[in-house]
Amino acid sequence: MTIHLAIILPLLMAALIPFIYKLFTKIKIGWLVLLVPVTVFILLARFIPLISSGETRTYTYEWMPSLGINFTTYLDGLSMIFGLLISGVGALVVLYSIFYLSTKEALHNFYCYLLLFMGAMLGVVFSDNLMVLYAFWELTSVSSFLLIAFWHHRRASKAGARKSMLITVSGGIAMLAGFIMLHAMTDSFSIREIIAEMPALTNESLFIPAMICVLLGAFTKSAQFPFHIWLPDAMEAPTPVSAYLHSATMVKAGIYVVARLTPVFAYDLTWFWTVTIVGLITLFWGSFNAVKQTDLKALLAFSTVSQLGLIMSLFGMGSLAFHVDIDASTIIYTQAAFAALFHLMNHSTFKGALFMMVGIIDHEAGTRDIRRLGGLMTIMPATFTIAVIGSMSMAGLPPFNGFLSKEMFLTSALKVAEFDIFTLSSATALVPVIAWVASVFTFIYCMIIIFKTFFGTTEKLPQDRHIHEAPIGMLISPFVLVFFVIAIFFFPNVLAKYILAPAMLSVYPGLASMTDMTPHVYAWHGFNTELWMTIGVVVFGFVLYATLSKWRNIYNTIPAQFTLNNAFNRVLAEGENVSSFITKLYMTGSLRHYSLYMYGFLILVVGSYFAFSDTFRFSMENNAEIHVYEVLLVLVMAVAAVAMLFAKSCVTATVLNGVVGFGISLFFVIFRAPDLALTQLIVESVTTVLFLLCFTYLPTWKPEKTSHRQKMTNATISILVGLLVVAVSLSVLYFNEFKTISSFFENAYELAGGKNIVNTILGDFRAFDTMLEVVVLCIAGIGVYTMIKFRTKKGDDRHEN
Amino acid sequence: MRINDVILRTVVRFVVFIILTLAIYLFFAGHYSPGGGFIGGLVIASAFVLLYVTFDIEKVKKGIPVDFKKVAALGVFLAVGTGFGSVLFGVDFLTQAAKKFHIPLLGEKELGTVMLFELGVALTVVGVVMTIIVSIAEGDGD
Repeated sequence: MTIHLAIILPLLMAALIPFIYKLFTKIKIGWLVLLVPVTVFILLARFIPLISSGETRTYTYEWMPSLGINFTTYLDGLSMIFGLLISGVGALVVLYSIFYLSTKEALHNFYCYLLLFMGAMLGVVFSDNLMVLYAFWELTSVSSFLLIAFWHHRRASKAGARKSMLITVSGGIAMLAGFIMLHAMTDSFSIREIIAEMPALTNESLFIPAMICVLLGAFTKSAQFPFHIWLPDAMEAPTPVSAYLHSATMVKAGIYVVARLTPVFAYDLTWFWTVTIVGLITLFWGSFNAVKQTDLKALLAFSTVSQLGLIMSLFGMGSLAFHVDIDASTIIYTQAAFAALFHLMNHSTFKGALFMMVGIIDHEAGTRDIRRLGGLMTIMPATFTIAVIGSMSMAGLPPFNGFLSKEMFLTSALKVAEFDIFTLSSATALVPVIAWVASVFTFIYCMIIIFKTFFGTTEKLPQDRHIHEAPIGMLISPFVLVFFVIAIFFFPNVLAKYILAPAMLSVYPGLASMTDMTPHVYAWHGFNTELWMTIGVVVFGFVLYATLSKWRNIYNTIPAQFTLNNAFNRVLAEGENVSSFITKLYMTGSLRHYSLYMYGFLILVVGSYFAFSDTFRFSMENNAEIHVYEVLLVLVMAVAAVAMLFAKSCVTATVLNGVVGFGISLFFVIFRAPDLALTQLIVESVTTVLFLLCFTYLPTWKPEKTSHRQKMTNATISILVGLLVVAVSLSVLYFNEFKTISSFFENAYELAGGKNIVNTILGDFRAFDTMLEVVVLCIAGIGVYTMIKFRTKKGDDRHEN
Repeated sequence: MRINDVILRTVVRFVVFIILTLAIYLFFAGHYSPGGGFIGGLVIASAFVLLYVTFDIEKVKKGIPVDFKKVAALGVFLAVGTGFGSVLFGVDFLTQAAKKFHIPLLGEKELGTVMLFELGVALTVVGVVMTIIVSIAEGDGD
């Protein structure tokens, strides 16, 4: 149950936050929120010894057993890594945000969304059931949308939120389709069961489509090329959110899914090619574009895109291990996945610290544009320390953890280049080349962060404010992170043994033992190719950084109208145009037209059903005797109905309509249905009053000015509807296509304890229908109320649709 | 033109109470004979409508200071709440229960959760009908 608790706790707290905020105005809400991730972290940390011994824990809560959907949590090495990241970085981010956000902001909203996200993200990584995973997955998209649009008075925030929502949710829907295909193949939603069954099913026709769909979901979420365009725009969110969602956790959900489903899909080489190539392109494109950014956050966003590509490509390379016989010489192929997990941790530490660093600068200097920054080293020495350690780690330099994982990445890239089992050597030879080029650009933008911000003159800084070092509260979190950056460099094997090793078992279940797949991480392994590559990166990086102004122009070679962002905007604008055009075709604002559509549809559907199933019946044999007063009543109603057509005023028409209604209730009395008669009577009275009230809104009663043809169409449809209703009500007496349901209600008194069968049906047998009807009625009431209260005044624009 | 409606005003004062009594009777009678939450609610609503038609809206508002939107919301809450209430007792959603009680003066009577459910229906009907009618009547001027 502990893991369920870990997911429920943030969600529960998210629901309570608005009330606590309103009731206790004195307390600082952030400190209360901080308790949640800390509790979750401690809960999870207690499982580390168990998990590191290679064991797993499953807990099942039966949710919808009839649909095979259970809320099963699965705690293993992989979900442990993510769980610790989510709660650990979450705690630091909440702490940081207490000092970052002013108390005047809508803090209850902020923390509510943040906790919502935390719970959803924990749900994604701990769910064993694909459907539950999907639900939480979309919830992370929604909470991310809310957090990006936190400052919703800004146009850019809203645009960024919409973009991220559109891209990640469309990907999510593709993923849902993929999950359903997996279900169709294996008849299970449980990830563990699917993994067990999958090796036998790789030749299924749905295998490749399922893979593509799932990857679409993973790529959109993890901002892989060409879906990465949402991430830089998402930087409009408050910086704690960027540090948390858009670098450390949410964007890694896609990577989680790829890692988790590697044992499902890796048996086919398509997986290797797609994941590796997309990852490498993203790695290169992200680092290449980061260099041209002038906004520090945008630069970090592109760098995140690039680093996510790196991790993605590593998982792609790691999937090659499924295509070789594992022994001492080929175990090296699993090292790519190890490097991926290792870099995942490292990236969260240094990128989190860097984001917080940028947040501090933005907070103190009021800008994060590198053209207006400079010389901050002496003013903000502590922030400078964070920036240097974070950037150096990102650039892959010792003595920081980024160096270790970067070296392992280069090792894996070189290994893939040697991979010759499928005679792919010519194509895979490109892998280390791209990796190296991207590393050079990574080095350049790391230099930009340090030198453009902290060195040079202070002249360009905004002069209107006194810039000073950040308060201690804002420095704690980034310092904790940079502490890990250094600590992991000196003790990487502690991390490897307790955290990373069990996760390898999740990526390669049953492939080899845990200790075999966990390499000993060395900081120094002699002058090998990887080290020479790193030295090359540093040398070339410095040269290119020094000559940046000379080659900057290559960024202008792609014209603005051919960029991905422009394509996205064009598609969106065109989509809006087309849908507005189609909507305006039929949403005319005329009630008469809408009635025509509805009645036309009724004739089409009901009429054709009865016609095609050949169930129109009419027979007089079994009918009861018809009395004179019944005939008279019918005549009165008919005359009233026809007279309504020729009425000269609204009042006359209403009264005539009332005559028809009261006639019907008389019929109910005659046929001994007092319930119905009573209801009909009251409804008739109330609606008559309602009609009379509405007259003030209606235009004066005028003769119709429509064309003759239009009138004929209306008349035809009206007569057809009338005929249809008569024919259907006569036919239902002889209708036997469905099972009758009256037998269900025979024992009404014993089952429901009521003698009034109508009410036992309403209140007991079909209470669910009644309940929803009540809800619908209430919604309709609110609808009428708002339509009247907020209706457009005369002279306003038309807001019909 | 002034309409002389003294008779209407006088009669309505009494009739409204008769209608309301009937409504309450219908509401409780529903389990065994014609009536029930929906009809009960409608009858209450029609009594109020009669008041609004006879007297002006301001006067009735002073007499019945109720926000009908909240009545509707309370009704929906009751109807859905009884559904979830049964879940809390470990039985399926919307399961109704009943028990016989001895009530002073009234004798042996059966009380069931279905009554709460019907009360929810009735309140929703009153709330929605009145919200619609009052807002249409009020929205007239502006």
